[in-house]
Amino acid sequence: MLSVEGLRSKYGRIEVLHGVDLEVKSGEIVSVIGANGAGKTTLLRCLSGVQPASGGSLMFRGDDISKLPAHRRVGLGLAQSPEGRQIFTNLSVEENLRLGAYLFADARVDKDMADAFAMFPVLKEKRNLSAGGLSGGQQQMLAIARALMARPTCVLLDEPSMGLAPILVDQILEVVKSLKSLDVTVLLVEQNAFAALSIADRGYVMETGRITMSGPAAELIADPRIREAYLGI
Amino acid sequence: MSDLLQFVFSGLTVGAVYALVALGFTIIYNASDVVNFSQGEFVMLGGMSTVFLSAAGVPLPAAAILAVVITALVGVALNKFAIEPARNASVVTIIIITIGASIFLRGVAQIVFDKQLHRFESFSGDVPIEILGATILPQSVWVIFGAAVIFTGLYLFFTRTLTGKAVLATANNRLAARLVGINTNFIMTLSFALSAAIGAVAGVLVTPITLTSYDIGIALALKGFAAAMLGGMGNPFGALVGGLVVGLIEALTAGYISSTYKDAAAFIVILAVLFVMPSGLFGRAAVNRV
Ligand SMILES: Nc1ncnc2c1ncn2[C@@H]1O[C@H](COP(=O)(O)OP(=O)(O)OP(=O)(O)O)[C@@H](O)[C@H]1O
Ligand SMILES: [Mg+2]
Repeated sequence: MLSVEGLRSKYGRIEVLHGVDLEVKSGEIVSVIGANGAGKTTLLRCLSGVQPASGGSLMFRGDDISKLPAHRRVGLGLAQSPEGRQIFTNLSVEENLRLGAYLFADARVDKDMADAFAMFPVLKEKRNLSAGGLSGGQQQMLAIARALMARPTCVLLDEPSMGLAPILVDQILEVVKSLKSLDVTVLLVEQNAFAALSIADRGYVMETGRITMSGPAAELIADPRIREAYLGI
Repeated sequence: MSDLLQFVFSGLTVGAVYALVALGFTIIYNASDVVNFSQGEFVMLGGMSTVFLSAAGVPLPAAAILAVVITALVGVALNKFAIEPARNASVVTIIIITIGASIFLRGVAQIVFDKQLHRFESFSGDVPIEILGATILPQSVWVIFGAAVIFTGLYLFFTRTLTGKAVLATANNRLAARLVGINTNFIMTLSFALSAAIGAVAGVLVTPITLTSYDIGIALALKGFAAAMLGGMGNPFGALVGGLVVGLIEALTAGYISSTYKDAAAFIVILAVLFVMPSGLFGRAAVNRV
């Protein structure tokens, strides 16, 4: 599905990704965990094409996407729910969702929106309200739902649990898990390592712009180094 | 009473033009955070192109439409060759580029056209229409009506079409816009085309009343900018109100005090409003509080 090799990226002259290798297979949930500033967000920004890569290759479903502008990557089925939610605060909840399906203008848009409302009923209640007035958890739901409106085959989720109450974290994780049954492949990035690994098939550990460990999620959760460094056990 | 109405008519006419210029500022500002100081030149290009096309034998309505199209293309070219290459520069740098572009366009207009004052015929003659003891030129009705149509059309565009919402989305959050698949470069191009076309329409409508020449853009940009600031930069409704208020203050000052003070009066009111409400009457901070 998604294959990243030797990915490098910099902000100005400072390189923050020093050659990242990563693979996501069709139907998987893959989590990337790592501390603050490890480069997880930068990785996802490169994948979506909103941050230039300075080296390496990016393949998505067999196509080299490294030269494609961001909107073309969405068109190929690679959507993202970005860090900090980044919803359109000046538009209504429904308009946010409609724009998630910006590339489409067919009957399925309405159906997908009904599905999104079924997934997050609270959004349906607030469909005509300004998205800027939603609570943090609701904004997070909106960001995920908006990404799903793009009919992705692979969705990139950046810290969906950040800043949420534990009960909401569980709800969001359930939704992420359920994406499997919708045939949506997931690349999940989290500081909340336990949450991320508990629902993943495989995981990667990122430290200062490099992948330092990888393996089945169950093995990573059990690994003493990870338990100490990321799970605080 | 009829004096007042007379001043109001003339205020609404210039005010409608300022509102259209302010609207042009607003659209580009929303798409890019840039204040495009060549907005006034779009008005000039609309009027001057119509003058020279119709002098070359093109019938007036066709000349006017052609002028709007040409100006829109100039707007697109401005974005493509002057703004886009400087994409990563600071906003201040880009604003200075637009000032340079405005000087450039004026220079080109001097060469391609000339330095004379020009006009073409009013669309519906020059016989004043009498209303409650005051009179209004048919062309003024065209100006006010034209502005009303443009504002309504734009309102529908932003609220009813997906492309319009994509423009609003890009203005609100460019990163998120790119992540949902909006081609934000296209939105920029569209915004410049729209702004330029709106400026050109204003130029076409008002030229029979105010005449036009290569350098009318400077004063118009200043007034339009002031109107946009007064209404709240970035808000189309603010542009409308700001434009009309500036026009009315000017006309009333000119009528009741002296036309010497009309510019000063307008700017004093604007400064006073901005002192109390720094983001303007309908500015972002005031409206979009989250
Ligand atoms: N816009 C930017 N300009 C310059 N440096 C940046 C920028 N964004 C991030 N960085 C730097 O790049 C490095 C990686 O940041 P990134 O945001 O990708 O990390 P992260 O793993 O997502 O962290 P977090 O868990 O806090 O979200 C950090 O050292 C950060 O300081
Ligand atoms: Mg991050």
